[in-house]
Amino acid sequence: MKTDVTPTANTDDESWFASAAKVYPASVKGRFRNIKWAILAVTLGIYYFLPFVRWDRGPNLPDQAVLIDFERKRAYFFFLDIWPQEVFYITGLLVMASVALFLMNAIAGRVWCGYLCPQTVWTDLFLRVESWIEGERRQRIALDRAPWTGSKLAKKSLKHFIWLMIAWWTGGAWVLYFADAPTLVVDLATGQAPLAAYIWIGILTFTTYSLAGHMREQVCTYMCPWPRIQAALTDEYALNVTYRADRGEPRGHLKENRKRVEAGLPAGDCIDCYQCLHVCPTGVDIRNGIQLDCIQCGLCIDACDTVMTKIGKPTGLIAYDTDDNVDRREQGKPPIYRFVRPRTIIYATIIAGISALMLYSLMNREYSGLSVVHDRNPLFVVQSDRSIRNGYSLRVMNRVPEEQTLLLSISGMPEGSEFEVVGTPTNANGEVAVVVGPDRTRALRALVFSPEGVKMPSTSELVFILKNPKTGEVSTIHDFFRAPAQ
Amino acid sequence: MADHKKEIDNVTGVETTGHEWDGLKELNNPLPKWWLYIFYATIAWSVVYWILMPSWPLINSYTTGLLGYSQRSVATQEYDEALEARAQTGQELMNASLEEIQNTPQLLEFAMANGGAAFADNCAPCHGTGATGFVGYPNLQDDNWIWGGTLDDIAMTISYGVRSEHDETRVGEMLAFGRDELLDKEQVKTVSNYVASLAGLDTNPSYDMAAGKELYAENCASCHADNGTGLQELGAPNLTSPSWVYDRSVEGIVAQVNNPRHGVMPAWIDRLGETTVKSLAVYVHSLGGGQ
Repeated sequence: MKTDVTPTANTDDESWFASAAKVYPASVKGRFRNIKWAILAVTLGIYYFLPFVRWDRGPNLPDQAVLIDFERKRAYFFFLDIWPQEVFYITGLLVMASVALFLMNAIAGRVWCGYLCPQTVWTDLFLRVESWIEGERRQRIALDRAPWTGSKLAKKSLKHFIWLMIAWWTGGAWVLYFADAPTLVVDLATGQAPLAAYIWIGILTFTTYSLAGHMREQVCTYMCPWPRIQAALTDEYALNVTYRADRGEPRGHLKENRKRVEAGLPAGDCIDCYQCLHVCPTGVDIRNGIQLDCIQCGLCIDACDTVMTKIGKPTGLIAYDTDDNVDRREQGKPPIYRFVRPRTIIYATIIAGISALMLYSLMNREYSGLSVVHDRNPLFVVQSDRSIRNGYSLRVMNRVPEEQTLLLSISGMPEGSEFEVVGTPTNANGEVAVVVGPDRTRALRALVFSPEGVKMPSTSELVFILKNPKTGEVSTIHDFFRAPAQ
Repeated sequence: MADHKKEIDNVTGVETTGHEWDGLKELNNPLPKWWLYIFYATIAWSVVYWILMPSWPLINSYTTGLLGYSQRSVATQEYDEALEARAQTGQELMNASLEEIQNTPQLLEFAMANGGAAFADNCAPCHGTGATGFVGYPNLQDDNWIWGGTLDDIAMTISYGVRSEHDETRVGEMLAFGRDELLDKEQVKTVSNYVASLAGLDTNPSYDMAAGKELYAENCASCHADNGTGLQELGAPNLTSPSWVYDRSVEGIVAQVNNPRHGVMPAWIDRLGETTVKSLAVYVHSLGGGQ
């Protein structure tokens, strides 16, 4: 091992760290820009206004369509309400979300990054505010270079003020998902809201303002793990925003390339106008190929198509394509597009499977429930008349927001056996009517007596039955009746 | 080191730091500066944290911080809050009769939880965690009660104990028929043989059953009743029950008739208070043997 190591570069400490070069994306018009605006409008519209949507669930229940109610331990999504013991649905949703991400990637690369990711959407919105106040790319660069004047100060202050307002609204909308939105809005305005609400608004105002306003593409390049994972998951058939080098190269300015054509030399369609680079929100040159910084938003496609149309060349010099197809065209072979391939089938199957499983469990869930724990010490008690008694701890659950009277009984015991619940009388049919409050569980102690004079085997099976006489719903739990070994 | 020259890696086109290990050169891909600033910010935050929160150990104590936070004080506060929350239901429990407690779901649930915890803390050492008892300590699970198995009987026994030092204690004493020579050895064996027959144990045919019955009627029946079912007012155990406090055998009966053992249960009312004693009575009653 060499030990006489001397640094040959970076004697200046500062240069171990690089200031991020500020990106000034130019605005652009086109197909993908329109798609991005539409997605922005829909996603932010949902985010900001959804808490105000009402959904009538009847008395005793909140009428907010989407509400995560920590106090009452329920989450409401329109017609659905999720109980705390069903947190596994979140696991299911997260698994589905990640597989959906893989599927998107297998079909068209970083669709999530380019169109749907909150970081992208909010950055887009913040950029729009910036260009609205400070002007186009050139004007913004000039403004940043210009000395501080009253007008520059006014523009910058206005921009940061609007950014902060949007950020504050973002945090404000977040907390509305956790309490009745109209009430909370009034409480927030009058200073009556809980401290946690203000703290959360503060946190989200800060993160939105700093991430969408200042960090922007740095979040994608340095903070987000997905670009690394995405690069490992991609394959040769996944469509990506691709510069079709086969058509573009050799690049050259419009006039230069025309001269080359006249001279009988090869000339590509790329006129080296840098429009693709100027509109890029992460500041990369797509002509260098797929790269980690590229979020594949398609804006360079729009920019290039505009230029191609202007110079009378066909569009699609930059397009959703694969590197393989670029090579194939260079070799004179036709391009291949394969959307249906093992990985897309597998991803789609996993998504369908998990959704089916979740749907099934949702549709078959019980609105009243029972759990039974047999006494462990003692397993059985011999009574004075030599009959056997077993004790059980029961918990009866009522998952509806109204008081329910549920009928508890047992089966599987010999004729003459008795079933008793401490504190509640047993009726003539051997059933115990248990009243359970709205959204409550009730712990009960149950006793089962074998008939006098009947020899019980050391273990016999018995079934606890919980019936809801109103809905007809029945839950059964299998347990055991223990007796001394013969 | 003004004479350094930049070295560029051929493959990546990236500048190297000049550090080399076994022929591998480190590339210099600089971190963004904000990363460095966040690191500085965390250092600054640590100073704020030292000032606000307990942090530095001293020789006998530690710096408590301006906020005065400690996990111990939080725990104490939560404990006090829990006590306060319990006080209200505890008061309702005090005012309710034992039957009312058992028939009011909310009170029953509270009493069962409170009683279960109190049982584990105070009763389990003698009666067992499952309340099944040991030799000399009665089984509370079955339906055989020495001093009565109704809610009130159980509450009374827990409150004042058995042969305890409390003025209200339950007292019952069996005479030492053998030791005090009230019966001779042969008579003790004869009557024990008869008691064994009441208990359903195997008997010895060499002893006269009729004589045993007569001895029993004269000496034992006043407390244990003619048919051996006992008398709860006097704490005289039921001899026909399968569950005995002491050895359930002819030898055990002989030993008991000769020189009876008297277990002691302490009075709990002054130690645990009425709420807990009531909870315990409901809990013990609900184990299944309550009458």
